[in-house]
Amino acid sequence: MNVASQNTLPLNSAVAETDFDVEAIRRDFPVLHQEINGHPLAYLDNAASSQRPQSVIDAVRYYEEHDHANVHRGVHTLSQRATDAYEGGREKIRAFINAESNQEIIYVRGATEAINLVAQSYGRSRMQAGDEIVITTMEHHSNIVPWQLLAEQTGVRLRVIPITRRGELELEAVDELLNERTRLLSVVYISNALGTINPVKTLIDKAHSRGIPVMLDAAQAAPHTRIDVQALDCDFLAMSGHKMYGPTGIGILYGKRSLLEAMPPYQGGGEMILAVNFERSVYNELPYKFEAGTPNISGAIGLGAAVDYLQAIGLERISRYEHKLLRYATEKLESIPELKIVGTAREKASVISFTVDGVHPHDLGTIVDSEGVAIRTGHHCAMPVMEFFGVPATARASFAFYNTTAEIDALANALQTALGVLR
Amino acid sequence: MDLRELYQDIIVDHNRSPRNFRVPEHYDRMADGFNPLCGDKLHVYLSVDDNRVTDVSFQGSGCAISVASASLMTEAVKGLTEQEARALFEDVHKALTGDEDAVDLERLGKLAAISGVRAFPSRVKCASLCWHTLTAALDQQDTAVSTE
Repeated sequence: MNVASQNTLPLNSAVAETDFDVEAIRRDFPVLHQEINGHPLAYLDNAASSQRPQSVIDAVRYYEEHDHANVHRGVHTLSQRATDAYEGGREKIRAFINAESNQEIIYVRGATEAINLVAQSYGRSRMQAGDEIVITTMEHHSNIVPWQLLAEQTGVRLRVIPITRRGELELEAVDELLNERTRLLSVVYISNALGTINPVKTLIDKAHSRGIPVMLDAAQAAPHTRIDVQALDCDFLAMSGHKMYGPTGIGILYGKRSLLEAMPPYQGGGEMILAVNFERSVYNELPYKFEAGTPNISGAIGLGAAVDYLQAIGLERISRYEHKLLRYATEKLESIPELKIVGTAREKASVISFTVDGVHPHDLGTIVDSEGVAIRTGHHCAMPVMEFFGVPATARASFAFYNTTAEIDALANALQTALGVLR
Repeated sequence: MDLRELYQDIIVDHNRSPRNFRVPEHYDRMADGFNPLCGDKLHVYLSVDDNRVTDVSFQGSGCAISVASASLMTEAVKGLTEQEARALFEDVHKALTGDEDAVDLERLGKLAAISGVRAFPSRVKCASLCWHTLTAALDQQDTAVSTE
């Protein structure tokens, strides 16, 4: 029995069509077909977590029903099937981001753990007081706090690339901030709070010309844009499964093999060792050195299925369609005089943060939900961004390729309801 | 889901024109309240004379529920003894968190309007932030309180 092929379930006809047939795509996502408070669900909170296509749900379920056992442990059939499916997922992800080797693909819980792993393993073993790490004002807390923890442990200093009122990086500041003390540049690829697509290739080239390695937080980028780690030449890259139509609790750290090989383990335990005695242990080879303990096997299989799904549609088509949604939504929302968009970068993904005069974002969230529209409200785990724009919070609509212009209309109508209720 | 249960006229009115929304020249006790989830920040100022709240006011920013709740609270608490104010919070808390039979909404007067959040669990913290902050001020806690 070939388990890997069992997990590559046939996709529906939507995928084969040349035009982007959003209605066919929507049929792949069971959760979308429900009413919320008497209105059709308009799920516009994809930057927080995206929904799962049936093929992902089926792949996880198939594994649970037929193949579950621990991986890399047993000689029995189920253990072999589970291992094949788990490692099959790794190969799919390798191909998805065009990494050179499966050994560079580390399964983690999510982008947050990926960054913590690099901070604690790479950072702690190589950095000392006086060294500097450069991040940006638009980072998610997950690309700020791990470095602050490292700073407390080692005395490294955190330096921050400022942003403009549009929500773009101040590139002139980069040349000054990257200096002989810089040990790492860690940058978000696409901002979850602003939608800004950062010029990561330019940043990587600038850093590399000074011998500085670069980590990319690609949690938001992975579902929206084609990532090629070899073309980008990034040194580390973090992704979260649940933001790219896969399960929660699974993510990826990509790292260049030479860097990963030189790094000490992040956690100790089973799987990550070759031999243990009470004097010393011999660590396992990559990628297992960084995968202590029984991993999230079903999550990895689900993520592999999500990657299959995305590949079958094509990231280029997804980007094009989402860009149309972004343009439509931007025009629609800008036509509401009380509404102000926060984050107007020239290069943007399908994320719109906004405020509405006289209506707090929290009230907006509740009121639009009463019409079936799900948006995020709050600081989006990016408090420095909120502080920069002088707002305590924003409302945020984030679009996936299964969203429609009708759903954007529903959002605009619900915002009018909010204005009616509260002003 | 009936939005008007939550955003009753009295809530909308108190959000639009919050009462006792000022930093007083003199006050005896003060506390800060913060809801990190939504960024709501409140400051509650108290004048207390012989165990009685003689003046109460607030400042800050927040959603309609948190501002209206604070505004209604200042109206309700003024003139109460400290013990009465704390007892009132207990009643309000019951009204916010569910057990309908446990609290006499009529006795709450205008404050009963805030009980609409019962149907919106994610908003209970918005309505209770001011009360937690008031309690901190009554306790004369110097540190900021948080709903988390």
